[in-house]
Amino acid sequence: MSERPCVLHAENISMQFGGVLAVHDLTMDVYEHEVVALIGPNGAGKTTAFNAITGVYEPTNGAVWFCGEKIIENHPQGKMKKLYAGGHNGEYRHVIAKTPDRLTKLGMARTFQNIRLFKSMTVFDNVLTAKHLRRTSNLFTAALRLNYKEEARQRKETLELLELVGLADVKDELATSLPYGKQRKLEIARALATNPKLLLLDEPAAGMNPQETVELSEFIVEIRKKFDLTILLIEHHMNLVMDISDRIYVIDFGKEIAAGTPAEIQSNQRVIDAYLGVADDE
Amino acid sequence: MKETFWEKNKRAICNLALVLVLLAAVIAIDLLAPTTSMWFSVLRKVFTFALAAVSMNLLNGFTGLFSLGQAGFMLLGAYTYAIFTIPVELRASVFRNYGASLIQFQMPIVPALLCAGIVAAVFAFLIGLPVLRLKSDYLAIATLGFAEIVRGLVQLQNFGPLTNGPDPINKFTAPEHIWIYALIAGTCILLIILIVNSTYGRAFKAIRDDEIAAEAMGINLASHKQLSFITSSFFCGIAGAMLAMCNSSVSSVSFTTSMTYQILLVVVIGGIGSISGSMIAAFIYYASSEWWLKFLDLETYTAAGARVPLLGPGFRMVVFSVLIMIVVLFFRTGIMGTREISVYDFFAKLFSKKGGAAK
Ligand SMILES: Nc1ncnc2c1ncn2[C@@H]1O[C@H](COP(=O)(O)OP(=O)(O)OP(=O)(O)O)[C@@H](O)[C@H]1O
Ligand SMILES: [Mg+2]
Repeated sequence: MSERPCVLHAENISMQFGGVLAVHDLTMDVYEHEVVALIGPNGAGKTTAFNAITGVYEPTNGAVWFCGEKIIENHPQGKMKKLYAGGHNGEYRHVIAKTPDRLTKLGMARTFQNIRLFKSMTVFDNVLTAKHLRRTSNLFTAALRLNYKEEARQRKETLELLELVGLADVKDELATSLPYGKQRKLEIARALATNPKLLLLDEPAAGMNPQETVELSEFIVEIRKKFDLTILLIEHHMNLVMDISDRIYVIDFGKEIAAGTPAEIQSNQRVIDAYLGVADDE
Repeated sequence: MKETFWEKNKRAICNLALVLVLLAAVIAIDLLAPTTSMWFSVLRKVFTFALAAVSMNLLNGFTGLFSLGQAGFMLLGAYTYAIFTIPVELRASVFRNYGASLIQFQMPIVPALLCAGIVAAVFAFLIGLPVLRLKSDYLAIATLGFAEIVRGLVQLQNFGPLTNGPDPINKFTAPEHIWIYALIAGTCILLIILIVNSTYGRAFKAIRDDEIAAEAMGINLASHKQLSFITSSFFCGIAGAMLAMCNSSVSSVSFTTSMTYQILLVVVIGGIGSISGSMIAAFIYYASSEWWLKFLDLETYTAAGARVPLLGPGFRMVVFSVLIMIVVLFFRTGIMGTREISVYDFFAKLFSKKGGAAK
């Protein structure tokens, strides 16, 4: 595993809201072409960890590297100096906070747990808009249509992408009028349109029935191959996680309680106590 | 090949035809209507405020930034245009209270209009940096404050040689022909339509729909909000210059907050996020408030000599306000919502209905 280049390296990430330590000294590595899952009970801090890695939140403490470049670093400041309850205090001295748009430009793209499509736009425009970040035009050239070649190319690529994910037949419909499963797929397609190296999926199968979930895992495997992706995903559907992940991190109360291959995780007593036991009861 | 060109552009072509018909109508009115006709003063205002409303819509409707600085940017545009187009020989008489005008040259209309837009855009650039970090209501209050500050500043005696202080500026170039107004507003609105339908327009709409998702898709929020703010203010400045032309006099007292509210009302009535809606609403709003409802302000007597109750000065605004409330109550999203006029779709629907009835 380790001879592959490391795409994402998060180190001692802590995210504290007031007195709540939502993510606690989380360290994880994602290597090229891997599918890594981040699992844990409800409220464990998975989405918060995603937000801290993708620049939505500035973590309270810790650092993140993406493809060897340090993209995020922070240490407790102001009131947090006294309040901070996590570890590794004082190890990080710089403040680096790249905004989400810059991280997306570098090659990170994500989806959201509560679907966030552009609701006034068609399916086609949702995907096309995600190509805006690779533009070479400025406002003048775009307004005067001097960028027509680029625009035509982007439209062609958008159509191809929609055909690939199987949404071409609904391309002119309003994104929010699609059924739930297709909206999730569209969100993935929109993220793919930014040409990412690393795709982060926050509960892509939420609200899907078993049939749709199986299709989704096939779909994820397929796009990983086709687009040469590295994938980090949060998911509650254990079948999907065990099927497609190379490695799994399990967190509870913001802290890592286990890490390893699906087989290792399935037989880990702490995980069964904290998570799988709970899931079985539901 | 020919067919695909038509298929691709049929809506644009049909709408262009509508624009040409309207332009012909404007020229016809210009040539044929008697000089006393209400068409002249009303249409000048309609074109001016149609542009102001569309540029406000670009920011408030398409980018989702609730700004109320329109009167301020229009003032900047109006003053810039007026100051630059006073004939040199008349400057001494206009600026008589301040000795002489600071500026001693005269510009033709088009460069002066561009300067009006640029001055407004430069101010937008300067205040945009701090102000655009604010969210919704706070942004509205900050921009409202900006407009009032600008209005106060131009009245200062110290700026007299430049702005003529509290005294109005007049004697600048003010074209009479309404087709000139139509052309200026039309060109600017066309540019805004092109922007809205470009990749930048999509980015603006993405920010309006969901900031977090837009940012996650690589759209830089700060720079795009700034871009939209500057562009909108540029066109607002030009609308201000047009207002100066309409009134052939510029005075800071006329650029009040209530003017911004009027423009906002036009945008809301037309539909937030609809350019053709803003234009239609501008026409309805100014034609009724300045013309069709004017009779309500006159004391009227019946044939028998009795005075018609209620009719008299001020009654027009009462009726007008009631009408606006009715429109807003019955068209929750304005006349057009977020749709745009499409002549093609209109006729296609009309004919398909007729065809259906014949069978
Ligand atoms: N902005 C915030 N302010 C305060 N507390 C927060 C904030 N965001 C998250 N939290 C808290 O952090 C904890 C972790 O939340 P998070 O959404 O990351 O959980 P999760 O693992 O994604 O759960 P789920 O499986 O339900 O999606 C929760 O207790 C939540 O209340
Ligand atoms: Mg979550």
